[in-house]
Amino acid sequence: MAVITYRQALHDTLREEMLSDENVFLIGEEIGVFEGSYKITAGLLEEFGEKRVRDTPIAEEGFVGAAVGAAMLGLRPVVELMTINFSLLALDQIVNHAAKIYGMFGGQSSAPMVLRTPGGGGQQLGATHSQNIELYYAFVPGLKVVAPSTPADARALLKASLADNDPVLFLENLALYNTKGEVPEDAPPAEIGKAGITRTGSDITIIGYSRMATVATQVAEQLSEEGISAEVIDLRSLRPLDRETLVESVRKTGCAVITEDDWLTYGVGAEIAASISDGAFDYLDAPVRRVAAAEVPLPYAKPLERAALPSAESLKTAVRQTLEAVGHRR
Amino acid sequence: MAETATRSKPASSGSKSRRGTRSGGNRVQQRQGKTALGSESQDTLRDYFRQMSLIRRFEERAAQGYTQAKVGGYCHLNLGEEATVVGLMSALRRSDYLFTNYREHGYAIAKGIEPGRVMAELYGRTTGTSKGLGGSMHMFDTEVGLLGGYGIVGGQIPLATGAALAIDYRGGDEVVMCQMGDGTTNIGAFHESMNIAALWNLPVVFVVINNHLGMGTTVDMASAESELYKRAVAYRMHGERVDGNDVVAVQEAAGRLVEHARKTGEPAMLEAVSHRMKGHSVVDPAKYRSAEDAEAAREADPVAAFRSQLISAGVLDEDGAAEIEREVQADVDAAVAFADDSPHPDPATLFDYTYATPVANDSRRLPADPVF
Ligand SMILES: Cc1ncc(C[n+]2csc(CCOP(=O)(O)OP(=O)(O)O)c2C)c(N)n1
Repeated sequence: MAVITYRQALHDTLREEMLSDENVFLIGEEIGVFEGSYKITAGLLEEFGEKRVRDTPIAEEGFVGAAVGAAMLGLRPVVELMTINFSLLALDQIVNHAAKIYGMFGGQSSAPMVLRTPGGGGQQLGATHSQNIELYYAFVPGLKVVAPSTPADARALLKASLADNDPVLFLENLALYNTKGEVPEDAPPAEIGKAGITRTGSDITIIGYSRMATVATQVAEQLSEEGISAEVIDLRSLRPLDRETLVESVRKTGCAVITEDDWLTYGVGAEIAASISDGAFDYLDAPVRRVAAAEVPLPYAKPLERAALPSAESLKTAVRQTLEAVGHRR
Repeated sequence: MAETATRSKPASSGSKSRRGTRSGGNRVQQRQGKTALGSESQDTLRDYFRQMSLIRRFEERAAQGYTQAKVGGYCHLNLGEEATVVGLMSALRRSDYLFTNYREHGYAIAKGIEPGRVMAELYGRTTGTSKGLGGSMHMFDTEVGLLGGYGIVGGQIPLATGAALAIDYRGGDEVVMCQMGDGTTNIGAFHESMNIAALWNLPVVFVVINNHLGMGTTVDMASAESELYKRAVAYRMHGERVDGNDVVAVQEAAGRLVEHARKTGEPAMLEAVSHRMKGHSVVDPAKYRSAEDAEAAREADPVAAFRSQLISAGVLDEDGAAEIEREVQADVDAAVAFADDSPHPDPATLFDYTYATPVANDSRRLPADPVF
């Protein structure tokens, strides 16, 4: 089993899928000659040629829409949107078209495509280049939104997304590209809509996705030294959402902290908290806490940016406070 | 239904590369004046008349269905654009693809969908073109290559370009036609897609129906260059303008551009100039419209004009024309009866068409359901 980066896992899986299915092609800005802004597609133009690795003009609506049309005729486009911030220019094609083709026309056609796009702050890129707006897409029936947090998940979820007959927004995170992990080559595709339990525990459930799922797992490891047994759930899929797994866990632990890189008000955590209230209210020993990004356009200055994003420390504090409230004994 | 639908498909040209092979570029033409009846056979001309009359009657009945509350939502009609619709559709093979805007009832019929299924979609019935899930603005039929009517202005243009990309990718010889209105040529998607289609040599013919109005906004109010076919120049694309009230001229121009796209992959743009006879939609009384403009639209009535033209040319006599009109009336009556007799969708099917690959954890809650 190889230990590789998240970036490498994405690259290798794309290559593998292109080798096994002629209909898979890549389309996006700077993915060919420039080899991708984050080098996920390095070497693929050379290997597969410009028919399969298509550099586009800076025209997000035009090329995302073209991918939708190509998908309607049976191709399997993998779109790279340089970052999720620019996906807003293609919002109409994603929300009004890709997500609607199947339902609006009574199931006669669909748009099986993968929209890969990194999001996230922490790189001092300023307000327009640091957003976590995956929620905009997770809100829409007809779209699927997945967010792998480890190299193994990146591989398993990319395979699942390419095998799916619906449009899938595949959320990457700038902070994850260089993280490493074991990637079993013979692992089956993931099941879209199924959350992962990255660590089992009995005192409290921590729920996160993407970067914050990995932070949550590290935090749980560290808290175990303080005698706290935390269970960590990585959502992996924002739509569909695996409510059962998280409700079952909270019913067991009686406490929950949700952590997310997006903004608090109306954020993903709000939906999770509502799901816990719906499914585990009677089991709760303490109010559900949320650790999310500060509600500001993300600043450039390093100390301000750091203060705005949720961190391992802020998460730890929230977990400790929740457990103190229920009189947890270490 | 369209005359061309029966032509056989030539052998695929295999994996021809279309990239970078554009020969034309940067040409625009404006064709003036009425063509004669061209070289079309009398049968073809009579069929054009039949189709135009069918669309006219159909649309009148659609409007009636709206006032009877049998048809809901928005309802945009092709009244006044019948010659353009029939001319364009006659230039396509059944295997060619069409993307349209929301004003698509006539296109659906002329591309070969049974009028009954089109009416049933307006009535929101399961037998409709989109099983009643789409309505007036969202008709679809893979069988005849109608890849959808779209309600977002310009939304169909990137999709059409992508369908052409898929054809090019596979080395097929189908062509995509992308219909839109004059008001649509100012939206970003139009420009992005024209550029992409030209850059990648994709076999798509962009057709702009210039009826001079986008809702209440005239083409002069909205477009810095109101001779819209000239916009093709900016993309080194062939652009042409044709009299949209002349079915034969439209068929010839569209036919030429479609066949050229088929052979070379070169995209093109065709502007068909016509009039909208009524308001933007059934409920629009068009108060913004000048009396002269409304009169011009009435005078240009392409169905009446074609009828007289065929009679003076001896292709039809009064009786022959009346006979066709009776048959068409019967077809529309049958379409209405079919729609009326068709079942409404069962609410139990509400969640059947959200995902092509359904998922275990998908929320299928109704507002009335208790949670969990
Ligand atoms: C993006 C968008 N903006 C506005 C509208 C509302 N709208 C519907 S039709 C229309 C006018 C379009 O005119 P034109 O393109 O000339 O087409 P026509 O109605 O004449 O066929 C407008 C503004 C819309 N549907 N989509």
